[in-house]
Amino acid sequence: MTHAPNVSQVDPALKSELAKKGIAVMKLQELYNWGRRSSIWPMQFGLACCAIEMIATACARYDIDRFGAGLFRASPRQSDLMIVAGTVTKKMAPQVVRLYNQMPEPKYVITMGACSISGGPFKEGYNVLKGIDRYIPVDVHLPGCPPRPEALLHGLMKLQAKIDHQDIEKTEWYQKGLKREFPIPEFGPNGLLPPYNPEVWQPQKRKEITVPA
Amino acid sequence: MMEHTLISKPDFDTQTLEVSLGPQHPSTHGVFRMNVVLDGETIVKLKPVMGYLHRNHEKLAENMSYLGSMPYTDRLDYICSMTNNFAYALAVEKLAGIEVPERAQYIRIIMAELTRLVNHTLLIGFLLNDLGAFFTPVLYAFREREKILDLFEEVAGSRMMCNYFRFGGVKADLTPDFLPRVKELIQNYPRFLDEFEALLSENEILMARTQKVGVLPKELAVSASITGPMLRASGVPYDIRKVDHYSLYDRFKFRVPIGEHGDVYDRYYIRVLEMRESIKILDQAVKEIPSGDVISKVGAGFAKAPRNFKPKAGEAYGRIEAPKGELGFFVVSDGTNKPYRYHVRAPSFINLTILEDMCLGHKVPDAIIILGSIDIVLGEVDR
Amino acid sequence: MKTTEEIKTDLESKTGTSITVQGEALMVPKEKLFDVAKYLKDTPDYQMDYLSSVTGTDYKDGLEVTYHLYSIAKKEGPVVLKTKTDREKGVVPSLTPLWRGAEFQEREAYDLVGIHFEGHPDLRRILMWDGFEHYPLRKDYTQEDQDRNPEQF
Repeated sequence: MTHAPNVSQVDPALKSELAKKGIAVMKLQELYNWGRRSSIWPMQFGLACCAIEMIATACARYDIDRFGAGLFRASPRQSDLMIVAGTVTKKMAPQVVRLYNQMPEPKYVITMGACSISGGPFKEGYNVLKGIDRYIPVDVHLPGCPPRPEALLHGLMKLQAKIDHQDIEKTEWYQKGLKREFPIPEFGPNGLLPPYNPEVWQPQKRKEITVPA
Repeated sequence: MMEHTLISKPDFDTQTLEVSLGPQHPSTHGVFRMNVVLDGETIVKLKPVMGYLHRNHEKLAENMSYLGSMPYTDRLDYICSMTNNFAYALAVEKLAGIEVPERAQYIRIIMAELTRLVNHTLLIGFLLNDLGAFFTPVLYAFREREKILDLFEEVAGSRMMCNYFRFGGVKADLTPDFLPRVKELIQNYPRFLDEFEALLSENEILMARTQKVGVLPKELAVSASITGPMLRASGVPYDIRKVDHYSLYDRFKFRVPIGEHGDVYDRYYIRVLEMRESIKILDQAVKEIPSGDVISKVGAGFAKAPRNFKPKAGEAYGRIEAPKGELGFFVVSDGTNKPYRYHVRAPSFINLTILEDMCLGHKVPDAIIILGSIDIVLGEVDR
Repeated sequence: MKTTEEIKTDLESKTGTSITVQGEALMVPKEKLFDVAKYLKDTPDYQMDYLSSVTGTDYKDGLEVTYHLYSIAKKEGPVVLKTKTDREKGVVPSLTPLWRGAEFQEREAYDLVGIHFEGHPDLRRILMWDGFEHYPLRKDYTQEDQDRNPEQF
């Protein structure tokens, strides 16, 4: 069985003609994704500086509710989106992974700010994790220190575009035997054990630099 | 500490319950955690657990140039980046003996007082959030914050992380637009405060929830090194702006409000009063600001080549009255271009010392507002 | 407010210790630290009722603790006290019985620099986790390599 591309095959001219008469024509999948993308519930979960900008985005001036993502849930069980807003320290990383595991499928992650992407300005710190993508998969990386509220809205729009292109039949959370529990790192004597989850993330191979004689 | 006896009766066996509030909890203002032992709903023991945002600021600062730490200080108390800059600049200027031109001093004071407005406004918003007035007060608070952040953005180029201060002055002069906009702001801000106060200050629910809750006696406050609005709410008139005479605060007329009871309500109200005093300072500063350089010659040279900045060996402790309390930087120089030791005396961290004392005997929702009234920012607690 | 030299002579005569002046700071032997601090706190001449900051520092030849004392009653200060201890054991008397404000700061100095405060009611790590084995603010601390190969886990 082949999958049709995730766009409507109805003639666009006909579609707009029908729309004028108040008839919307679309694939079930489009409707389904439209519903999901328009009601992303983020988790009310801030780690550091970026959390303040996240709250600012939720407030009147930027109003994240216009995108249907304004209902911040305090419980991971009710949320679709985790915005990792701030520096993830080694002490906090196990909790972040645990929270991610507790979220129901389908779930998405936006890393907000340089710290949660790579450690950012605090990269050299002994208690700072160099990016949360070492333990959990990330959908949208959002650089900035901190990113402006507009940037967060842009990141959210990128996520909506990603949701639009997901195929109900192919998505992994409808497949049999899906198990997306990520192992929670443990505290070691000088850092987390393991320092990253090799199934999710691998260190980049360093280029050998040869100095000409 | 209060002794607590269980309300158990011989035929009814009761036990205490241990609850971990946080680190992911919407009312702990970040990644703070409280391990609470409850008898019914009454708190019999409370241990704060922190370090979930320990970003090694001190270690990082010891491995970079003096000016290199300036952007990191922004991220300590990320609501008040300007005052953090101020304290650090003050400490290093003391260490290296750098003079600051008068105009720069005025600019610094304007920025510090604007920051105080931001901080106290947000605090009240979040405190009401903790009280159960879900999000509406925060909306009002953020509306005002955005106006001040626009001003910061105009001079510093960044909304939150301003990185605006330099040793010996500030990074850039004010834009021509800035002072008129501040004037407009200080005309409108009292109106907002009146609006806020009309809704809150004599609100019956607010009073019922906050009065006589989390009382902090004077003696304990002094002994536990509590500073800032917390200390003054307990009735101790100690404001570093008045005591240390740092910068040019001597030239301004303002009063130091103090509380009577030291409860959560006093801590709320003292912030409202402090905002009104800040507006007075701003008003005078905007009128009196002289023209001239915004950074001294020496400072400008080092701002261009920060790695050449090598203060002579010695140590200095600079402290200011930050919106949350005494923010101090202890910098030890060994004559190289990196500080040998760099220590932050963070007010939110030390103000947490007596959290347990204030919460014992109260219910869990009271503990949440007591924590809210201390006014912590985790970036500063854990550094 | 008295000068550092005057405080030094006064403290030496009243508490019977030998104190050296280092810049603005008074270096007190650790055995006498508690007495000196208590004297500064209780004597009406000083009334140092407010302990502002406690800093632990690692110098290669030993650990140092710096205390900044202020007086809220007299609005004076600071008096800077210092004390030195060795790097292996690093024991210093705790000042928490005098000032509650020292409680968390001493825990922090214990956590990051490894100074053991004798008489502290609850000396545990405060910022790092309990199983952490190093003192990260010491100059010889080395971090783990977070990018190491899976075989080295």
